[in-house]
Amino acid sequence: MKNTAQNTAFDVHKIRKDFPILNRKVNGKPLVYFDNAATSQTPQQVIDVITDYYSNYNANIHRGVHQLSQEATDRYEEARQTIQKHFNAKFAHEIIFTSGTTHSINLVAHGFGAILKKDDVILVSALEHHSNIVPWQMLCEKTEAILKVIPMTIEGELDMNQFEALLKLNPKLVFVNHISNALGTINPIKTIIEKSHNVGAAVLIDGAQACPHIKPDVQELDVDFYVTSAHKMCGPTGVGMIYAKEQWLKKLPPYQGGGEMISEVTFEKTTYADLPHKFEAGTPNICGGIAFGAAINYMNAIGFDTIATYENELLEYATKQLLAIEGLKIYGNSKQKTSVISFNIENIHAYDIGTIIDKLGIAIRTGQHCAQPIMDFYGISGTARASFAFYNTKEEIDRLVEALKKAKMMLG
Amino acid sequence: MKIETIQNELIEEFSMFDDWMERYEYMIELGKSLPLIDTKYKTDENIIKGCQSKVWLHSEFKNDKVIFSADSDAIITKGIVAILVRVFSNQSPQEILSANTDFIDAIGLKEHLSPTRANGLVSMIKQIKMYALAYQTQQ
Repeated sequence: MKNTAQNTAFDVHKIRKDFPILNRKVNGKPLVYFDNAATSQTPQQVIDVITDYYSNYNANIHRGVHQLSQEATDRYEEARQTIQKHFNAKFAHEIIFTSGTTHSINLVAHGFGAILKKDDVILVSALEHHSNIVPWQMLCEKTEAILKVIPMTIEGELDMNQFEALLKLNPKLVFVNHISNALGTINPIKTIIEKSHNVGAAVLIDGAQACPHIKPDVQELDVDFYVTSAHKMCGPTGVGMIYAKEQWLKKLPPYQGGGEMISEVTFEKTTYADLPHKFEAGTPNICGGIAFGAAINYMNAIGFDTIATYENELLEYATKQLLAIEGLKIYGNSKQKTSVISFNIENIHAYDIGTIIDKLGIAIRTGQHCAQPIMDFYGISGTARASFAFYNTKEEIDRLVEALKKAKMMLG
Repeated sequence: MKIETIQNELIEEFSMFDDWMERYEYMIELGKSLPLIDTKYKTDENIIKGCQSKVWLHSEFKNDKVIFSADSDAIITKGIVAILVRVFSNQSPQEILSANTDFIDAIGLKEHLSPTRANGLVSMIKQIKMYALAYQTQQ
């Protein structure tokens, strides 16, 4: 019970000491980092793992008979197990290391190139990042399958009635993000998966924005594919993963040919390696994979419930403070959302806001957030987006509000 | 007036300011005060796409000089657009082609001309030079 008490007493100032970058200054002001939805910062614990890898056991994995190779292989496979446990996958070989979410989606889309036929319907949500739209458009060009869009509402939520209507087309595949990167909406993926399965469709969930906030249970969700990136959740860039049900991984053809993914090669025929190696051609991002595992351990040590509770507090506080600025409008008002606020100030271009507050040491994102269809839906050229992580504070939100007022004065 | 003279004039104007806020406020004023482009030229063909802010650029060739007019949907970008028009408009193609943009650094606005900045300004300068080159070959 003592543990619980400690967990609830979340000390953000102690947490901040783990992140060396938070001490730096930008344009002479202490950094306020509110671009967490683009990439999260890295704690010392993960940086140490990266340094340790290159300082002590850097070697190519899986085939080496020497000690370093063995150590690196063990650590890499341990990381796979850490990821497996975190997402509650049934087997470690259901976790495929990739270079990130975009790579993951392309791998699955490529695989479905061999399965889909002309006029098969696939559904994509209107809330997607370009990386979960373009690979499927390419797939449709190749297979002559038909891409249909699940529309969104003005609140920034998926229109579930329209979704159900689209299911009558018997789609083969449905792709939805767990959380919208542009608006922060948490999509009802459990329902979407269940209803899609009822008509025989497989479901891919893009979890890039969800994994920093939520711990998904892939077995409970019964999801077919769940993809994410390490750098959104305190890990390094250039590494991510696919969770896929074993049956799918057996069914899909390999994405890339090369070393590591084969079991036997002659010029007549190649036999592919067992899972997960069938999908992991070439030397992987070994250090990145190990650091991904370390990042997951770091976040679990804090606890996802603790993180969610604190981030909700930040979201509520920031929403209230920002709405007090005259002329400020928030896009995406779902009751189910994470700590992301997409906004505009009347008659001011988001780019101008971002430029001015950067001068005041505050990092936010401006533009379309790789989600042009959402911007088109609202009839705007872009938004300013502030996204908060568990290492941010209310004082930093106050600085954002002050900076926005200053920007408004200068630009208005 | 020669391009270099105008550039030196701008450097002098901006040297009066002590901090970035004053520089930006002046730049914003420059953007606001200029009637930049005739609406009929604010067409899709004249648009230079940056990822975030848009720039429109129109050119005419009169009496051996290139006349530029331009606009942007973001006000800071518009300020720099105004500065660039002031420097490059009403000059001969040869002068435009041999001019550089080092003065932007000298007035403390270098970051806006970084190729990674998604504001369309780098493409705008490229386009200004392209027009100059096209008019030069016509001569």
